[in-house]
Amino acid sequence: MKIHFVLIAFCFLACKSEVKTKDNNAVSLPILEIHDFSGIEPYLNLDGSKTYVVNFWATWCAPCVKEIPYFEAIQANYPKHVEVILISLDFPRQYESKLKPFIQKHQLKSKVIVLDDPDMNSWIPKVNADWDGAIPVTLIYNNSERTFYNRTFTYDELETELETFLTIK
Amino acid sequence: MNTIYNILILFTTLFCSHPFDDGYDIGDIATDFSLENIDGSFVSLSDFKDAKGFIIVFTCNTCPYAVLYEDRIEALNKKYAHQGYPVIAIMPNNVETKPGDSMISMRERAIDKGFTFPYLIDTGQKIYPQYGATKTPHVFILESTPRGPLVRYIGAIDDNYKDASLVKTRYVEEVIESLKNGYEIKQTKTKAIGCSIKL
Repeated sequence: MKIHFVLIAFCFLACKSEVKTKDNNAVSLPILEIHDFSGIEPYLNLDGSKTYVVNFWATWCAPCVKEIPYFEAIQANYPKHVEVILISLDFPRQYESKLKPFIQKHQLKSKVIVLDDPDMNSWIPKVNADWDGAIPVTLIYNNSERTFYNRTFTYDELETELETFLTIK
Repeated sequence: MNTIYNILILFTTLFCSHPFDDGYDIGDIATDFSLENIDGSFVSLSDFKDAKGFIIVFTCNTCPYAVLYEDRIEALNKKYAHQGYPVIAIMPNNVETKPGDSMISMRERAIDKGFTFPYLIDTGQKIYPQYGATKTPHVFILESTPRGPLVRYIGAIDDNYKDASLVKTRYVEEVIESLKNGYEIKQTKTKAIGCSIKL
């Protein structure tokens, strides 16, 4: 019994020190905000004066990565009226190896949050009933309008869509 | 007033039931195909004379979700092929966009993983749009009927892509068990994240 306790204590200490080393190594890398769907849902229903552009993406998804610069440019060009939120669906084992380096390399200015919730059938329909799960998809909304886009964008296409939201408001 | 309202509802329903107006829905009859397998032969549904149904899986080598499901797809075939419900895997991507999904890569992957199911390539990308597959992995369960292969289920394999040991609901297995026993299928459609099919 005693041995058990000592063993557990050892494991605990060992784990703890490992975490510490990792933290030290990752000093310059961004800190991720990770949620299950209940933590993500508020970002799909923000109540504010801005128009929110919410993009679901992942570093392993080539068409997603291609359009990230357009979302970044939108954020830069409409800082007062638009908030871009990039919801990453990267795999947990790639947070350190892929996602953090990607955010750092591309100096992402938009807010990046991570969705880690394997029971996808429970939450995909809550984002939009027509979404079958392929990415990228984008949700644009404000207090008066809400549209779900099961498609990719160029910068011009994104800006054109956005302008309708900004005029409506 | 009521009539106008009803007509409006009817119209909305009509439009909404076919949001993208392509691909199969539950209850449709799937067309057969003849696609090249990794062994060079051509495979059709009609080759499986005794099949009670099929587990059609649109999948590929390069999508991380598809890779996470490889062992589970193989396990489905091991469990259900001899019961009359074989797995047929179809790789829908354009291999020029995704060279990692070429026929040679598919063959190598199948050998590495010991796949026992046909792993077909949708050359010319003609079949996946007919089914309405949009991503990998994407499952369609067909039941053999006198009218043809009837679409009974569209969606995911189970409810935990990350860890097979944490799965609570095995959607595909539940459907096959229902078909075998003549029960009503509880969930005919499920959703999951996947990699969009590469054009």
